[in-house]
Amino acid sequence: MPHFERLYNFACWLTQDRQEAEDLVQETYVKALKGFPSFQPDTNFRAWIYKILRNTFLTSRTGLKATATVPLDLEGEEEILPAVKETPESILLQRSDGQLVQQALEQLPVAYREVLLLCEVEEMSYQEIAVTLAIPMGTVMSRLSRARKALRNGLRPQFKKG
Amino acid sequence: MVCESWKAKLDTYLDGELPEQEMRTFDAHVRGCPSCSADALTRVQMKRAIQVAGKRFVPTTDFRRRIELSITPKPQRSFRLGWMLASATAVILVVGATTSTYMGNRSGRDQASRDHVYSEIADLHVTTLASSSPVDVISTDRHTVKPWFQGKIPFAFNLPELQNSEFSLLGGRMTYLDQTPGAHLIYDVRKHHISVFVFQERSLSARLDETSLSPKQLPFNMETWTQGGLRYFVIGDASAADIDSLAKLFKAAS
Repeated sequence: MPHFERLYNFACWLTQDRQEAEDLVQETYVKALKGFPSFQPDTNFRAWIYKILRNTFLTSRTGLKATATVPLDLEGEEEILPAVKETPESILLQRSDGQLVQQALEQLPVAYREVLLLCEVEEMSYQEIAVTLAIPMGTVMSRLSRARKALRNGLRPQFKKG
Repeated sequence: MVCESWKAKLDTYLDGELPEQEMRTFDAHVRGCPSCSADALTRVQMKRAIQVAGKRFVPTTDFRRRIELSITPKPQRSFRLGWMLASATAVILVVGATTSTYMGNRSGRDQASRDHVYSEIADLHVTTLASSSPVDVISTDRHTVKPWFQGKIPFAFNLPELQNSEFSLLGGRMTYLDQTPGAHLIYDVRKHHISVFVFQERSLSARLDETSLSPKQLPFNMETWTQGGLRYFVIGDASAADIDSLAKLFKAAS
C-alpha cells in the first residue's frame, strides 16, 4: 500500500488519537479506491491521497473541532521571521530529547502542525503542499514561516525551564 | 539589520525552493557570512529535530492487515464490480509505486539503514563479549555504573532495580553507533550475557520502528524501543522471554 506508514503517522498527528487515525486512514483508502477515476495520471499521486486524508479529517468531528477553535487563515499580513541573534533553540535541541519538540508540535494549531509535517517529515515541495492543502504557494510559504515561528515560541518556555 | 533581506529568504533557501540561480548566489553568501551561516545552522537543526520528532507513530501489523483486507476485492462480489475494484487497487498500487519513486527509494533506504543498525548492534554485542575486557566499569551496583557514564555520554538514563529478578549487572562501557556516543551495559542471566545499548534517538540516522521485536535477519533475540527520546536495544542469545523481561525492567525504570 503506497504511503501507508506515512499516512498513518500524519493521521496520528492530525487526530492525536490512534484509534481515530486508524479510522481516518481506512476511510482514506476506501475513498481513494472509489474516487480513483478522478485521479489525473500525470498529477501527483502522493499529494492526491494526502489531500483525501486531510479533507476527510477536516470533515470529521475532531477535524471540525480543531479548525473551529483556531483561525485557519492568518496569512493576511506578511511577517518576516526575526533574525536570530541568540539560538536558545539550538542549545535546547542539542541537549534535550525529541519529546520537547513533539510536545511543542502537539501544541500547535492544526493548520501549522500539518504544514510543518508535510514540509519537514514528508519532505513535500511547496507545490505539493499547495496541492495537498488546496492553498496558493504564497500561502504555503507564509504559513510555514508562521508555523516555524510558533514552534520556536513554543520551545522557548522549555528553554527557560531547562 | 545586517542581512535582513537574506534572512527573509533563509527558510525558502534551506527548503531548496529558491530558483537555481538564486540558490547559487545564496550558497555563496551563506558561506561568507557568519551571521547567516549561524542562523542557517540553527534552522537546519530545527528542521532536523522536527523531522525526527515528527516520525513518531508506527501502525500495528494488525491494522496493516485490516487495511489490506478492506481494500482487497471480496470474492463474492459480482465479476464486473470485483474486476473494477481489483483494477483500481492494482492501478493505485502501480501508480503509487511509480509516481513516488523517490518515496519508494526512501522507504527502501529506511529499511536498509534499519538493517544496518541492527547488524551493527549485533556486531557490537559479539565483539564486546569476545574482548578480554568487555566492560570498563565493573560493578553489579547500578549506583556505581550509572554515575560512571557522567560526562562520557550526552544524556542520562536509568538502570533498573534487579532485586527479585534473575538478572545481574556485570558492568558497562561507552560505545558508538553512527558516530554517536552511547551506553553499553552487560547483564547476566543463567550464564547468558545480554547487552543493553542506549543512544539518543535523534542522533541516529536510521528511522527505526517505535518498537521492534527480534528482527528476523539477526541470529540473536533482540528488542528495541524508544522512550523519552532514547533508543534502547536489548540483544543476546538468551531466550526471547528473558530479553523481553529485561526490556520490561528498563521500560519500567525509565
